[in-house]
Formats: sequence, C-alpha cells, structure tokens
Amino acid sequence: MSQETLTPAVLTVTEKGVSTSRFVDALRVIARNRLALLGLFIVSVGIFAAILAPWISTHDPYEINIAGRLQAPSAQHWLGTDFLGRDTYSRIVFGARTAFIIAAGAVFLGALFGVPLGAIAGFRGRWIDSTIMRFMDAIMAFPGRLLAIALVASAGGGFTSLFIALGLGAIPSNARIVRSAVLAQKEREYVEAARMSGESDFGILFLQVLPNCLSPLLVRLSLEFAHAILAESSLSFLGLGLPPPTPSWGLMLKEVTPFLQLQPLAAFFPGLTISLIILGFNLLGDGLRDIFDPRQYER
Amino acid sequence: MMLEVKNLTKYYDISGGLMSRLSAGLKLLKAVDHIGFSVPEGKTFGLVGESGCGKSTTARLITRLIPATEGEVFFQGRDILRLPKREMRELRRHVQMIFQDPYASLNPRMRIIEVVGRPLSHFQGLKGRKRRDRAAELLDLVGLRPEQLDRYPHEFSGGQRQRIGIARALAAGPKLIIADEPVSSLDVSVQAQVLNLLKKLQRELKLSLIFISHDLNVVGYLADIVAVMYAGKIMEIAPVAQIFNAPLNPYTKALLASNPTVGSYMETVRSPLKGEVPLPVNPPSGCRLEPRCPIRVDRCKTIEPMLEEKRTLHRVACHEV
Repeated sequence: MSQETLTPAVLTVTEKGVSTSRFVDALRVIARNRLALLGLFIVSVGIFAAILAPWISTHDPYEINIAGRLQAPSAQHWLGTDFLGRDTYSRIVFGARTAFIIAAGAVFLGALFGVPLGAIAGFRGRWIDSTIMRFMDAIMAFPGRLLAIALVASAGGGFTSLFIALGLGAIPSNARIVRSAVLAQKEREYVEAARMSGESDFGILFLQVLPNCLSPLLVRLSLEFAHAILAESSLSFLGLGLPPPTPSWGLMLKEVTPFLQLQPLAAFFPGLTISLIILGFNLLGDGLRDIFDPRQYER
Repeated sequence: MMLEVKNLTKYYDISGGLMSRLSAGLKLLKAVDHIGFSVPEGKTFGLVGESGCGKSTTARLITRLIPATEGEVFFQGRDILRLPKREMRELRRHVQMIFQDPYASLNPRMRIIEVVGRPLSHFQGLKGRKRRDRAAELLDLVGLRPEQLDRYPHEFSGGQRQRIGIARALAAGPKLIIADEPVSSLDVSVQAQVLNLLKKLQRELKLSLIFISHDLNVVGYLADIVAVMYAGKIMEIAPVAQIFNAPLNPYTKALLASNPTVGSYMETVRSPLKGEVPLPVNPPSGCRLEPRCPIRVDRCKTIEPMLEEKRTLHRVACHEV
C-alpha cells in the first residue's frame, strides 16, 4: 500500500520520462506557482492573438469610419472605436502582431550577438574577455531607451530600424549573463572530461558548456521580451517608432490622447493591453527564475 | 615503460597584484615540485598522499589539462608536454582519465549515449548504429544495462555514474588510465564494487593504471608500485609490499600508523606527526617534512634529500635512512 502512494510521482520521472523529466519538473513548478501560471496564460493569449489576428478580429484594422469615431464599447465595436472610427479591438489584436514581431526580432538579435560574444569572453578569458566586455560596457553606458531613440531618429522609423535599435541595447546584458554562466560552468569537471574525450574548444563551449547556461538566459530573455514590447510602444508613442496607420499599441495611445476628454475609453484599452502583457511577461520571468533556481531542483 | 615522468613541476604564482608583489615579494605555491616516476606496462601505479599534496595536480599535468611549469612526460618515447595541440588531442586516445566526482564529471545535459559516444566518434571514428552498439558493449563491460544509454546522468546513483565515467574512459581505447580518486566520493560498499571493476578491467584489457588516492588501503588493494607524496614532493617509491611491510620514510611510516585497520583501534588513535600539512608556499630549501619530522637532524633544514635507491627498487627521499 505504501508503494502505491509512492510510485506515481517518483517512478514516472525515473522509469518512464526519460527525456522529458526535466521539462515535466519545470511544468510542475509552474503549476505550483499560480502567478507564473497567470503570466504564462497572459503571454499565451498575446501570442495566440498575434498569430490568429486575421481570424479573431471583427473588423479591418485600417477601415476608417469618421461618422462612428470615438465610440464607447458596443456589440458592434467590442472595445469602441478610435478618432478615425477604426475598431479598437481589431487594432489591439493586430497590434499584438506588431508588438510580438518587433519584440521577437529585437530579442533574437540581442541573443544572436550577445550569447556567442558572452560565451567566448567567459570561455577564453584574458584579453579576449576584456576586449569584448569593455565594448559591451561602452554600449551599456548609454541608457537603452536613449540609444534606441538616437538610432531611430537617425535611421528613421520602421520595423528594421526598431529591431536594430532595440536589439543592440539587449546585446550587452545577454553577453554578461552568458559570460558569468560560462565562467561558473567552465571550471566543472565535465569540461575536463570533455577535453579528455577529444572534444575541440569549439565543441566544449557550444555543445557542452552553453546548454548548461541556458536557464539564466531564458529568464533574461523573457524579461527582455517585455522590455522590448514596452520600448516599441513608448517609441511609437513618441512618434519615433512605427509610422501611422500601423496598428501599434503605443501609436494607438498617442493617436487618441488629444481626445481623452471626449472618450477616455479609447486610450484606456490600448494602455490596459500594454500593462497586462508586460505584467504577464514579468510574472512568467519570475516564475522561470524560480524554476531554474538550483535550490528548487535539489528537492 | 608505458609512462616516464621527469622533473614534473607546477608552480602557482599567488603573489596577488603588483603592490603586494613589490612589498612582499614573489609568492610561489609549489604544488608539484620536480617529481619523477615511471609506470611499467600493464601495471598499476599508486599515488598516495593527503589532500592538497599535489596528487590531482600531477594527474592533470600528465594529461595536460593544465600546463606544466617544467618537466617532461614521456609516453611511449614521446614527450607529451611538448606535443602540438592537434597531436595532443590525438594522444588522448591512449591516455584517459577517470575523475574524482562522478556528479560533476558528467555533463547533466547529455544522455549516456553521448557521454560514451563522443569519444567513440572522436577517437574511433564510429557513427550511428556502430557507435551505439559499441557504447552498449562498453556499458555492459562496466556492469550497466545497454537500455540505460538514453538516460540522463541525474537518473543514476554515484556508483553507476562512476561506472559511466569508466566506460567513457575506455571508449577512447586507451593504454593508460589515470584514475584520480575514483572512489573517494562513493559509499564504502560501492567503493569495493568499483575497485573490483577497475581491477578486473585492468587485468582483462592489459591497461596501465595510475591510481590516485588518499586511502592507503585502497591503493594497497590495487597497486603494484606505490609512490607517497607530501607537499608537492615524492617521499618514497617502492613495490606495494615494501611500502606496507618495510616503509623507510618517516612520513610513510606515519601514514601507515594512522591508517585505521580492524582490531588495532587503540594504537591508531594518535598520529605520530604533529601539526597540519603545510601548503608549499615558498617552502624552505630543506626537506618538506622537516618541521614535523620525528627523526630530523640539522641538515634536513638546509639540504633537500633526493630520491635515492636505498634498497632494490625502493627509493626514498630522506637523509636519515
């Protein structure tokens, strides 16, 4: 009988869940952490909205109807309309697409350069480390948003320059995180063992060490995603991001601010969306941090 | 001879920054100081000593996991320490290592098939099905089940992990294996199993083995020749029976006396040596053991004793023997 009570939790991991046990562990920790679950839910809704935008929107996000401008929410327009009579709900849904594409691009760019640079700096050490990291410090010395504003102002708005502006700012922090993780890992015996097994430096770093550095990076990337979405919104709000009539949350907010007294709800919904998504990513990031905390794993 | 070590030396500069270097002078930690020994083909060479005496450093110097300050290591006539990088990687096929900590020495993100399979692809050129078959054979050889190939390290116990470490070392097809305290982090009951496995493999595969341990009993069980290290120096080298029955160096005698054996509880409580093992930072010019030695004389303070053959095949570094 005592065996009955023991087996389900323990045995599924050791006997059956050969490859997925770590993943299952992770899901289990998420499930225990209600806030992280909420974060995961919000983020998932955002991602689904972005992917399914054309199918779940009720109107064409570009369709102008001056007669029906600044309406309150109704059965026809779920979240009301903006100053040109465009459907706010549909624009928010398509705005998710904009936000996620730009955030994904920026995070990808930040990781694409930040991860290898940090990995090499940590692994090789000495002057290579100093050179790379001083360069990263130089980028970091500029406040991120200011750097982005400067880049966008000089190169013009649009998707590409936003990717670059936001991605560039993310490179140094990724490099730092990966570097410190590599520094911690490279002294472990399995690295020596890999060298004895005939692995090259490249193989040791990218096949053996780096996979063990992913946990802190993943936490970082989820927070960076939130950061990039917020940055895109604020740049667009300042008129430095995407040009109208692109459905972008920041732009939507900016476009209706002059009419706040007439119809406060027109600004309320885009603002709420931005806040919720940022909250979702932060909750998820905190949850991921809990999962990857080694103390959690020891149990 | 399978392996000949001459004048092998590792100094660490621990002076710190420029300021402390100028004020306090150069501080050298002489982790391994001009040691020499040779390992005959098909034999087990035991290296004993307390923690911090330079045993593990010696292992890493021989395999070039860390660079030596000085010295030569001849493997089948070629000086390992002077091989170009590429040839060194090639040479690791013949010289393999088993690590101390079976938890740290297996990459937690790699399945066993990869742990054992990577040396198979690097050194034997095996791929796919053939690699898998050979890896399964190796697991079988070390007493694990071939079905366990797709598991991750965290699904194994300490003893099983050490078996995986042994399989990985064997995968390269080595002639010489250096085992750095392979059982010291295992439970005593598991220690015996792993030791027996090593002994069996060594005999069957005609391997040469350098076995490093702080535990005299363990070394006595496996080794043909034993070297005793103290603070970066070799104090005594002799066939195992002579070390145990007729030790000459006072340090070896003290080690043996403090070695717990069943039935001798009363006599072994007290170690004949007082004090702690000193870290060999800027050691005095004389004998390293001098401050703690029960039979020291004046010249021990100034003149360093060399390893000399005092009996047949029995070399000791001590003025008073």
